[in-house]
Formats: sequence, structure tokens, C-alpha cells
Amino acid sequence: MTIDDEVRRLPTQEITTHTDSREILANAARDTERYALDEYFIVDVDSHHVELDSWPEILKYLDSPVLRDTAEQMMKNWPNAARLALHNHSPGLTMQDVSGRIPHQAALGEETPGTDNGAHRDVTLVRRAMDAMSIDVQIVFPQPMLETGLHPQPQIATALLQAYNRWFTAEVLPREPRIKTMLGLPFEDPDACLATVEEFADHPGVIGFLVTSQRHAGVHRNAYMPLYRMLEERGLPIGFHAGPNQADSMTSTMNKFLSAHAMSFVTCNMTHMTNWVINGIPERFPGLKTIWIESGLAWVPFMMQRLDHEYYMRQSDAPLLTKPPSHYMREMFYTSQPMEWTDDALLESTLRAIDAPNSLMYSSDWPHWDFDVPGRIASLPFLDDHAKRNILGETARKVFGL
Amino acid sequence: MTTTLDGSAAGPGGDPAPPARTYDVGASDEVAERGRLVVTLGGGPDAVTIGVFRFGGTLYAYENRCAHQGGPACQGRIVSRVRERLDDQQRSLGTVFDETTMHIVCPWHGFEYDVTTGRHPGRPDYALRGVSVDEEGGRIRVTV
Repeated sequence: MTIDDEVRRLPTQEITTHTDSREILANAARDTERYALDEYFIVDVDSHHVELDSWPEILKYLDSPVLRDTAEQMMKNWPNAARLALHNHSPGLTMQDVSGRIPHQAALGEETPGTDNGAHRDVTLVRRAMDAMSIDVQIVFPQPMLETGLHPQPQIATALLQAYNRWFTAEVLPREPRIKTMLGLPFEDPDACLATVEEFADHPGVIGFLVTSQRHAGVHRNAYMPLYRMLEERGLPIGFHAGPNQADSMTSTMNKFLSAHAMSFVTCNMTHMTNWVINGIPERFPGLKTIWIESGLAWVPFMMQRLDHEYYMRQSDAPLLTKPPSHYMREMFYTSQPMEWTDDALLESTLRAIDAPNSLMYSSDWPHWDFDVPGRIASLPFLDDHAKRNILGETARKVFGL
Repeated sequence: MTTTLDGSAAGPGGDPAPPARTYDVGASDEVAERGRLVVTLGGGPDAVTIGVFRFGGTLYAYENRCAHQGGPACQGRIVSRVRERLDDQQRSLGTVFDETTMHIVCPWHGFEYDVTTGRHPGRPDYALRGVSVDEEGGRIRVTV
């Protein structure tokens, strides 16, 4: 007896951190065929590359000779600091891969023959993911760098963001025009935020700016108004990219990564959304496009109801508002991932509440453990084709002028 | 019938299936206890990739397509179910592996399936599509 001719053993019996992205994502090609995704313009508004693989290259872009020396000494002397020097890597983040059950979260350790530095390798990995998921344009962010908003030393956070932004615009963006980015702002330092916009706003591929992980600075502080004015005048969106932190006052009681992750991303953006709306930032800067990133969608109708309910009783607390908070929220933009699709009726209601055909933008969040493939949007049973086209790419085309 | 999260049917009531065919996929000793064999059967648009697993001496086979987002569930970790032990006052004694179980875990997002049922342990209507498998004369045959 022999194996039938039409039986082919997969060379990779088990997917690990060393498996090629194209093989990990091979099943996404079924969606491409099933939903004719090649006929859609697909923009992925939130994905990530592996900047720590290029960390020594990034640190060379540090402006300060003193900080550069600190980084070099850390990398040289601390056994595990080669890819972490100066960084505030959050405790608990190594739980993300569910004990090896989701390998791509821990590392993309695959071969990239012919790449000669970290940036080249990064671009290769991004291209593999884009092609596997039929994505036309991918907005790429770092990963641990997004935690910089929680760095205990704000001046180092500002320096690291400047170095990263210079490295990314010099080394990554020029290699692949399909890659775009919104660069992180050193939010602890409003003047440095302005300098960041001035330095990078006109760089090809920079299509907006981000507030990352930060949850301790009130976004309504007067010091930030020049930043919002500058972004509005330049027509550049501001994004709030949520991040997890198990050391927050609330999440520090939580004994599971699941619990902290479920709450932390969402409360991060709930905090900013509340301050943003109740203090009338949309009234002050009506042309500033605002995007809420990587916190899912289920929190949005909750906040709409909660803020409207309180506003009707306490209008004098929010005197700049000329309409209920939910109306402003419906005029903002949301990225889709992680789209909490566990109950059809609730998701349908959420999409209606946020006016999804005009406000929602697809995001994969690849290579994170809770990423969404484009087929997720294409398979929604309660949206028509026009709405799906908008969510998958057309709304992003308008928001970012692609 | 089982359901998938994208609403597609994964059993009776789904797309009409092509005529069933039996394939010899390998020798019995190629799938060890708690082991696997992942193979693609056929070619073209009707090709299907399946995983064959052995647990408690019995073979089980499923399509390599997670009920969640279609990930390659059969190529993920094989691991026992994690349980939490409680004492007689309901105090937690921590977690342990239940060695009487075997889960296959989709590497895309971690959806776990009991290999004996193909079902998610907490949401049993999320299930892998089962494939008929039998063993005779030291050979493994699957029918799809």
C-alpha cells in the first residue's frame, strides 16, 4: 500500500515562530477567492512591524551623545538589553502569545534571504503579510515602541520617539510606497509634539500622527491646542492608539492577561474620548480628523449612551457642546480590530450606532495575537457591498487622501 | 450542523459537497499517540487540507480551517486542556494540565478544540469540520 498520488504532506506540520508569514497566512488566500478581495481597494489602518529586531540600528539615530552612550553601554553590558536598551518594555507583555499557542505574536523568526539590515527585513515581512491578505496599502506602526507613552522618564521617551521616527522615515518608508505610517507623538512634551509634526509632516508616507498608550495626560489641556490646530491646518488626522498596561490602578488587581488586555486597551481610549468630547475639542477644531485605534468597537455604543445620558442632566459641565456627545462620536473614525463578533445582533447594532459605512476603517493589527483578516469585514452578513468597500478601503482613502 | 463565526455552514446545509473519495494518506505508525499528520488532498479548487490526530489510540481527522477566521487549526500546538483546581471551600489551587484530554489550538488566534469532538470547550457550536478516517492493515485512509 502506498500514499495516493493526490495526497501532499505539508512541509510544515506545526506552525512555530520560525514559519514563513506566507505559510502562516496561507488560509487567508481562501478569503481572497471566496470574497473576490482582489477587486477591493484594501487599506489596513493598523498593523505592526518588529522594531526591536532593528533596535541597535534605531538607537544610532538618537540625537543626544549622552543618551547614545547610555544605550551603547546598556547593550554592551546587560546580557538581555541588546534589543531593549532605554526601552520601558512592560511586564506581562510576554504573556501575549498564550504560552506559545499563538506563535506569530511572540516572534516572526522566519528567514528573509537577501536582506541586509533590520529595515530591509522589516519591509520584507510587511510585504509578505500584505500580499497574503490582499492588502493594497498598510499603515505600519511599531510594537513595544507604542508603550513609550508610559515611559517613566519622559525625556527618554521623547528622544526614543525622535530616533525611531527618523529611522522609520529614512530607512523603511523609502523602500516600499505601499507602506504608510502615523508617527508617534512625544505627548508628555507639547512643544516636542509640535516639533515632531514640523519635522515629519511633509515626509512621503507620513499620513498622520499618533497618541500612543498614554492615558495619564488629559488630552484637553490647553498646552495641546497648538498641536491640534497645526494638525487641523495641515489636514493630518490624529490617532489614539490604545495600549495595554497591567500596572494601571484598575488592571493591577487582575491576575490574568486576558482580563487586563480586555479592559486596558478600552479604558485607555475611553478616557481620552471622554475628555476629548466633553471638553469640546471637536467644536474647537471641527476640521481635525480623529481616529480611535486598536480598542475594538463594543465600547463605543456604551460611551455614546453613557455620555449622552450624563450630558442631558449636566449640560453646564460641557458648555462647548452644541449637540449630544454621541453626535460628535459618530463623526469620528474607528479602526475595526479587534472586532468583537460574538453576537450578530450586538455587532449589527454597534455598526449602526457608529455609522460604520462612513466611520469604520478595516485594520488587521497583524502580527498581534488578536488580528483580523479582511475576510472578517467581507463576511459581515448585515452590510451591503458599498459599506464593505468603504470599510475595507474607501473611507481610509478619503481620510488619508490616498 | 456546526457553525462558523463568519456565518458559513460547516455541515449539512452548506455548499453542496463534491462526491466523496477515499485517500490513503500514510502508514499507521506515522501518526504517533498525541501526534498528527497534515495533508492536502486533491488539487485545484476542490483541494482540501486536513489534519489526522491520534489520541487514546483512536484517530480523528478535521479540515484545517478554524471556525473562527479560517486559520490553520490543525497546524497549531497540541496541548492538554488547562483546568483550575479548587479545594472543598472553592478556593483556587491553581491550574493544571488535564492529561485525559488533548486539544488542538489554532495558531492564528488560539481557538482550542477537543480532538475527540472537534468542538471548542466553552462554545461547542464553534467546531472544526470532521473528516471520516479509518485504519486498516497498517494504513490510514480518509474520506472527503
